[in-house]
Amino acid sequence: MLDNATEGYVTADGRQIGPVVMEMKGITLRFGGVEAIRGISFDIREGEIRAIIGPNGAGKSSMLNVISGFYHPQEGEVFYRGVKRPPMKPYMVARQGIARTFQNIALFEGMSVLDNVMTGRLNHMKVGLLGQALWWGKAEAEEVKNRAKAEEVIDFLGIQAIRKTPVGRLPYGLKKRVELARALAAEPQILLLDEPMAGMNVEEKEDMSRFILDVNDEFGTTIVLIEHDMGVVMDLSDRVVVMDYGKKIGDGTPEEVRNNQEVIDAYLGVSHD
Amino acid sequence: MFYREAGDFKTSYSADSATFPILFDRYRYYLVLIVGAGIIPFVLNDYWANSILIPFLIYAIAAMGLNILTGYCGQVSLGTGGFMAVGAYTSYKLMTAFPGLDMISVTLLSGLMTAMVGLAFGLPSLRIKGFYLAVATLAAQFFLVWLFNKVGWFYNYSASGQISAPTRDFFYFTNIAVTGPSAESWAKYLFCFMFVFVLAWVARNLTRGSMGRQWMAIRDMDIAAEIIGVNPLKAKLTAFAVSSFYVGISGALLFTVYLGAVEVGEAYGITKSFLVLFMIIIGGLGSIFGSFAGAAFMVILPVFLRNFLTGTMNWDSALATHFEFVIVGGLIMFFLIVEPHGLARLWALVKDKLRLWPFPH
Repeated sequence: MLDNATEGYVTADGRQIGPVVMEMKGITLRFGGVEAIRGISFDIREGEIRAIIGPNGAGKSSMLNVISGFYHPQEGEVFYRGVKRPPMKPYMVARQGIARTFQNIALFEGMSVLDNVMTGRLNHMKVGLLGQALWWGKAEAEEVKNRAKAEEVIDFLGIQAIRKTPVGRLPYGLKKRVELARALAAEPQILLLDEPMAGMNVEEKEDMSRFILDVNDEFGTTIVLIEHDMGVVMDLSDRVVVMDYGKKIGDGTPEEVRNNQEVIDAYLGVSHD
Repeated sequence: MFYREAGDFKTSYSADSATFPILFDRYRYYLVLIVGAGIIPFVLNDYWANSILIPFLIYAIAAMGLNILTGYCGQVSLGTGGFMAVGAYTSYKLMTAFPGLDMISVTLLSGLMTAMVGLAFGLPSLRIKGFYLAVATLAAQFFLVWLFNKVGWFYNYSASGQISAPTRDFFYFTNIAVTGPSAESWAKYLFCFMFVFVLAWVARNLTRGSMGRQWMAIRDMDIAAEIIGVNPLKAKLTAFAVSSFYVGISGALLFTVYLGAVEVGEAYGITKSFLVLFMIIIGGLGSIFGSFAGAAFMVILPVFLRNFLTGTMNWDSALATHFEFVIVGGLIMFFLIVEPHGLARLWALVKDKLRLWPFPH
């Protein structure tokens, strides 16, 4: 058995998986009388692709919202890099190096693709209001430096041709990609993806899967992924958490999860008699 | 033929993010500056200065200010008139309490004071949005006007309740008056022009940089903005402060340079808030150029109509004044239906067409 806090391992395809970066302990989230999440614990290791799956309404997105600071659970603790995280606003979570995309695209529609990606660089820009008002010198240098980084991401995702297009005019698949670009521009340590492939055709799904693997491979970004497409999940992820009705019913490698009787019951249904 | 991006290659990111990336635009901008600062002051007469150019410049500042708040940051404000009054009354108190102070300092300090007041009235924006925020700023409008009417200290207990601007100089050691009855039109004009030039440049810098992106992010999708690391408190309050700074300077100039004597309810009432709001809606929300276009439209159109109706058509002046309202109102509606994104969008369309002209295929 591995020591979670310090040890990692090497996967079958030779990727280095590090120690635990984030740990959820007994998270319970209630909305009035409804328990969206009931006492869930799991951990996320550095550099792995961690999937969260489950039927609709299982509480997957709520779990992601807990991680990114939108919801504050009534019970339970979140440990980030071994330190217990106090209740935080979302923008403070972002400053810790956690970026995310949304299930329903949440881009800035009135801004160009480039501006959207540059907004992702926000936490790397430090010049104050007065410096920006004068522009010359520090502000411009910082803008150019971050622009170069943003262009790297734009290159990486192959969206050079649309960089000056207002996001509102783009088709759905490209919007999803721009949203990933914006999250990547922040150079996150943990990237939360909420159904990155929802509503895509097979080709777009393949592209997106490739991007996710590349991000993980090239930048060593830890990825937490919610997805309904089982094929994608089983192929991409190192470990899978399965949720149903707010409870965790399975946790392990795709292989283990696939053979877990409770998971099969939740997905295929079981006669309660 | 001459208006092309083709062949004008950008080799650095700073050149690519320049305000006027197309060479022709840049030259046009320099031309406007040269004409505005170097030629107009010499050929200016009182009529042009007082009925068109000075009010245009002053309202352009107010429109830029409101555009930063409403167009860029998405926070609707109906308190513009009230904030302009704060600028005006601050400058009045400064001019009467410190007679040695020059007008540049007075105007800047008035802007700063208004920024602080704006900050305070911006606090509700953290909890309320849209129409509800508009109502909250409306409260600011009425409260501020009431305050300046009610508390005698603000108008130095003058019998009429009015404030009037004494004669003050442009800057230390210069003997050029820009306020009061002895001020020359060209001096007033240049004084306003200078403020417009600097403030437009600053507004452009703020809106193209990281601050502007934070504002626009809040405007377009505040939840996503927060998740990407925008502190909504900071972004909204800076928008309120910067916007009020502009509006305050505009209000101060309107009183000191343009009107000279002011009664608060008349000059800075709710109609002024709507006037500036119409300017940015007609000009184009989220565009610095749109602020200028809207200000020009709302200042020049009434003057033009009045001259046309009474001069060319020989109408009775009372009738002309009333018809003016009808026509301006009708044009506003026409514009909102035909081009909801304002004159700035029309201008952008013209430029897009010009890029292909004369071979559009």
